[in-house]
Amino acid sequence: MNLLRLIEFLRRNQKTVIRVCLVLLVLLVIADAVPALVDKHHAHTKPEHLPGFWAAFGFLACVLIVYVSKAFGHAGIMTREDYYDE
Amino acid sequence: MSDLMALFGLVASAPEAAVSGFWLHPSLLLLVGAVVLPLLPARLRPAWMVLVPVLTFARIVALAKGSFGAVSFLQFTLEFGRVDALSLVFAYIMGLMCILGTLYGLHVKRAVETSAAWIYVAGSIGAIFAGDLLTLFLFWEVMALSSVFLIWFRGRAESLSAGYRYLLVHMAGGVALLAGIMLHYRATGSMAFAGFDVTHPSVAAYLILVGFLLNAAVPPFHAWLPDAYGEATFNGSVFLCAFTTKTAVYALIRGFAGLEILVPLGVIMALYGVVYAVLENDSRRLLAYHIVSQVGYMVAGVGLGTQLAINGACAHAFAHILYKGLLFMGCGSVLFMTGKSKFTELGGLYQKMPWTFLFTLVGGLSISAFPLFSGFVSKSMIVQAGFEDHKLWMAFLLMLASAGTFLHTGLKVPYFIWFGKNHCSKETWERAAEPTWNMLAAMALTAFLCIFIGCYTPYLYLMLPYPVEYHPYTSYHISETLQILLFTALGFFLLLKKLTPEAKISFDLDWFYRKGGRAFLWIARRPVQWIDEGVGELYRVAGLIPLMLTARWSAVFDNRIIDGAVDGLATTIRSVGSRLRGAQRGALQENLTVAFGVAAALVLIFVWFF
Repeated sequence: MNLLRLIEFLRRNQKTVIRVCLVLLVLLVIADAVPALVDKHHAHTKPEHLPGFWAAFGFLACVLIVYVSKAFGHAGIMTREDYYDE
Repeated sequence: MSDLMALFGLVASAPEAAVSGFWLHPSLLLLVGAVVLPLLPARLRPAWMVLVPVLTFARIVALAKGSFGAVSFLQFTLEFGRVDALSLVFAYIMGLMCILGTLYGLHVKRAVETSAAWIYVAGSIGAIFAGDLLTLFLFWEVMALSSVFLIWFRGRAESLSAGYRYLLVHMAGGVALLAGIMLHYRATGSMAFAGFDVTHPSVAAYLILVGFLLNAAVPPFHAWLPDAYGEATFNGSVFLCAFTTKTAVYALIRGFAGLEILVPLGVIMALYGVVYAVLENDSRRLLAYHIVSQVGYMVAGVGLGTQLAINGACAHAFAHILYKGLLFMGCGSVLFMTGKSKFTELGGLYQKMPWTFLFTLVGGLSISAFPLFSGFVSKSMIVQAGFEDHKLWMAFLLMLASAGTFLHTGLKVPYFIWFGKNHCSKETWERAAEPTWNMLAAMALTAFLCIFIGCYTPYLYLMLPYPVEYHPYTSYHISETLQILLFTALGFFLLLKKLTPEAKISFDLDWFYRKGGRAFLWIARRPVQWIDEGVGELYRVAGLIPLMLTARWSAVFDNRIIDGAVDGLATTIRSVGSRLRGAQRGALQENLTVAFGVAAALVLIFVWFF
C-alpha cells in the first residue's frame, strides 16, 4: 500500500524529517518578524507585536498543561483501574 | 379522519404558515424508518439504512422557513416546526451526521442498534425544530431514553451500569427542565421557547438552564459524558458524540444568548477537558473529555452573545460534529478491529491500519484548528469575539486550551495508537487490520468534509444565522495559529516521556454518585448493627450484676433470642434489599422499554396528525 510505504519512508529518514521540521519552526518565527509577510494590525494586544510571541505562548502552554495536569493527577486524582469494581 | 383526530384532541389548528395542513417533520421519516428497519429482511436493510437518512437530510434541506405543525393539546398549542436560520443550520448538520454515522455502522447485524440511533437523532432534530417548551421537553426525553441503548448494546457488565448512571443523570436533568418549564408557564402563561431574560433570570429560567447545562456537559454536570461515551458501542459513540451536547448548545443559543455566567463556565470547561485528557489512558474517554473542552468554546460564545460569537458557536458546533465524529470513528475502528481502546494496550498500528491513522489525523488536525481544516474557520470566530468584547482573559485562556487540544487529540491519540511503543498483545496484533469498506468510506467522506469546510468557507458561513464579515485567512491569524500549534508539537516531542499514558483511571465528579449509593447502603446497615450491639451490652451488664443465674439466662436470651432476632432482621433486610435491588433492575429495564415505546408512539401520533 502506498500510504504505508510513505510512512515507512518518513520513518527511515527520521533525522532529516526532524531537521526539516526544526528549520520550519525557525522560519515561522522569522516570518512573524517581517511586517511584509505577517501584517500585525490584526493583533489585539501589545505583546502580540513581539516576534514569535505565539511561538513562546504555544510552547509554554504545552509545558504548563503537561506539568500542571500531571501534578494534579499524581496529587491523588489518579487511581488504580479496578477502583470502582465491586 | 377528522373525527378521529378530534377524539384524540389532536385537531390541527392551521396557523398562518400551514397552507397544505400537512407538514412532513424530518424526524417522522427517521421514526418510521427506525420502526420498519428490524422488520425488513436482512438483505434489504443496508439499502434502507442508506435511504432513510438521505431522505431525512433531503427533507431538511428542502424545508422552507416559517412556522409549521401546530397542534392543540389540552390548553397548549404545540409547535413542531419552527424553521429559521438557527434551527436549520443545526438540523442540517444533524441530518448529515446521521447519514455518515449510519454508513459507518452499516455492517452492524443487530438492526435495533441502528433503530435506537435513529430515534435518538429524531429526538435531536425534533428538539431543534421545537417552537415551544413542551415539545422541546418531549423530544429531549426521547433523546435520553433512546441513546442509553447505544451504551447498553455494548453488552459488558460495565456498559450496563454506565448506562444506568447515564440515565439517572439525564432523568435528573429532565426533572429540572420540566420543573423549570412548569414554573415558567405559571409565571408567564406562555409555553413559547424564546430567549429568556438573561439580565435577571427567574428561578424557572435557572432550572431550565440547569437542564440545558447538564446536556451540554458543563461542570459540575459533566461527568456522565466520559463515563458513558467511553463505554458505548464502537458506533454508538459516533452518534452520541454529535447529538446530545450540540442540541444543548442549540437550546442555550435559543434561550440564553448573552447570559454572562456562561463565559467563565465555558472557559472552565475548555480547560477542564484538557487537564483530564492529559491523565486519560482510554482513547475514547480522552476524546470524550475533549468534547467537554470543545463545547466549552461554544458555551463561552453563547455567553458573549454578540453576532460574531453566536455565529462562532454555530459554526464550531457544525465543524465539531464532523471532526469529533471522525475521531470517534477512527478510535472506534481500532476498538472494533482489536477490541482495545487503551493506549497501554495499543501502539505501532500504522503498519496494520494506515488509512484509519490518516483519517484520524485529519480529525485531529481539524479539532486543533490547523489552517485548511475545519476548526480553523470556526473556533477562531469565538476567540475573535472574545478579543472584540475586550475579554482578554477569556481569549487567552481559550488559546491555551487550543494548545492542549492539539497536544492530545492531534498528537497523543495518533502517536500512542499508531506509533510509539508497541504494547499490543499477540492476539491484538493479529486481529488488527483496516476496518470494513463502509467504515473506511464513512471516515473518508467525513475527512473530506472537514477539509472542504476549512478550504471553502462560504459553504459553512452562508448557513450561519447572522451575516458573516469574518475572514479567517489573514496572514496574522495563520502565523499565530501555526506558531502555537507547531511549538506545542515541539513541546510534545520534548516531553514525550512525561506524557506516556499510565494504566490508571482518574477520579471525576461521578465519584459522588458512584460511591454515594454504597455510602447509603452502609448508613442503612449501620444503625441495625448499633442497636444489636447496644441491646447485647445492656443485657450483659444488667445480667452480670444481680445474679449469675439471671446473667446466664440473660446471656442465653441475648445470644439466642435478641441477637438471633436482630441479626436475623438485619440479614432479612439485607437479603430483601438485595433481592429488591435485583428486582428493581429487571423491572426498571422493562419499565424503561415500555416508557420508551410509549414515548416513541406519542411522538409518532403527534407528528402524524398534522
